[in-house]
Amino acid sequence: MIELRDVHKSFGPKHVLRGVDLKIEKGKSLVIIGGSGTGKSVTLKCVLGLIEADTGLVTVDGQDVTRLRQGSSERDAFLARFGMLFQGGALFDSLTVWQNVAFRLLRGSLKKTKEEAREIAVEKLRRVGLTPDVADLFPAELSGGMQKRVGLARAIAAEPEIIFFDEPTTGLDPIMSGVINELIREIVVEMGATAMTITHDMTSVRAIADDVAMLHGGKIRWTGPVSEMDSSGDPYVAQFISGSAEGPIETVR
Amino acid sequence: MTFLAAIGAVVLGFLASIGRVTQFGIETVSHLFRPPYYPREVGHALLQIGYFSLPVVGLTTIFTGGALALQIYAGGARFSAEAVVPQIVAIGMVRELGPVLVGLMIAARVTSSIAAEIATMKVTEQIDALVTLSTNPMKYLTLPRVLAATLVMPVLVAVGNIIGIMGGYLVGVNSLGFNAGTYIRNTIDFLEPSDIATSLAKGAVFGFLAALMGCFFGMQSGRGAQGVGRATKSAVVAASVLILAANFILTQLFFAA
Repeated sequence: MIELRDVHKSFGPKHVLRGVDLKIEKGKSLVIIGGSGTGKSVTLKCVLGLIEADTGLVTVDGQDVTRLRQGSSERDAFLARFGMLFQGGALFDSLTVWQNVAFRLLRGSLKKTKEEAREIAVEKLRRVGLTPDVADLFPAELSGGMQKRVGLARAIAAEPEIIFFDEPTTGLDPIMSGVINELIREIVVEMGATAMTITHDMTSVRAIADDVAMLHGGKIRWTGPVSEMDSSGDPYVAQFISGSAEGPIETVR
Repeated sequence: MTFLAAIGAVVLGFLASIGRVTQFGIETVSHLFRPPYYPREVGHALLQIGYFSLPVVGLTTIFTGGALALQIYAGGARFSAEAVVPQIVAIGMVRELGPVLVGLMIAARVTSSIAAEIATMKVTEQIDALVTLSTNPMKYLTLPRVLAATLVMPVLVAVGNIIGIMGGYLVGVNSLGFNAGTYIRNTIDFLEPSDIATSLAKGAVFGFLAALMGCFFGMQSGRGAQGVGRATKSAVVAASVLILAANFILTQLFFAA
């Protein structure tokens, strides 16, 4: 279980998070929605320790993760339980596709032989719908949708218990978005992983989420099961779902 | 008051960046003693920084050596000291111009590419991705580059010295009328082993600074294409200035006893 309690984070004079409280049950898929710049990415990066929260508590299975020191073996062990799909894929462009996917398996505590690592990489690529012949290409030679798939394969390569997805469908055409959404749902279910996704794509939300949380003004505005999202009664949520310019959320024009 | 405050802010900012660079340098070196290591990355960096810099080092030093010979001949002729060309070319190349020119070429070629590469990785979240894959970017990106540059720069400086002296030799023998054998003998007789040792030591220091600046500014990069551009520019400027400053300090240390 992942829990955030009263997490604050400022960048200079800009208060991005103003007391985020959030709970994700083990094996559940939570989707955080909210406008651009409301701190969705920051929330996610606070859990991973990529950004240090100013105050507040972040626990994973009861363990306080904000105290794990950079480079300590506890932190390595903590990160080994995670997989993350980055918004732009964040593939290493100096490495081939299979070396990207097998990155964790080629070094560190999970090190396997080159042949084994490659075999697992090819299998994971197949799982996300890519043929083995892309394994030896470089990321720059792939289309955006294929890069996302490779990123997904890398995120699941070491069988993580917890997977984070940062805007998995941004920049993809509707059909490719649908494919990626379906893949994410399937993989999360079949691995029994806990998932946390941030997006502002409502199709994604309905495809991926068990639970939904809406972030607005640095706080969680509403949270509940996806089935109750349409009847939340919260004007902010209602406006966000309908994509209307009229409502309590300020729009800059 | 606002005028004084502005001066104060600049001074404080400058001191803060010295502090950050120093901290960054110490952290980099500390990873030398803490596994895991990435020998593959070191090998790759050695090839990129060392081997592929050879053409530019050779071209820079051969022309400089040639020009140096012409200048010393012309200058020496005013008080009938034309004969000192081989000695002064050798001393000038080995003690000063070799290390400094190779250092500056490395700052232009290697520092810029390191800074741009790491800054782009930062902007496209590849650095964050490394961390989530349990890999410390300081160990995986910074240490291999800094280590490789420190190790390979003395070799580049040695090559640069030899080619520079050869440039002087070619001009001296072909257009200034020196005897080939005498030129080489004068060069060898005049150079002390300590000249060569200090030359290579300077090279190691310059290599360390050049790679460290590239990594530091790359890691500090702001967002977007502009961030990458600024990081690259700052890295090359800082590396060049630091190399020249370090050269003065080392020359003072080695030769002003």
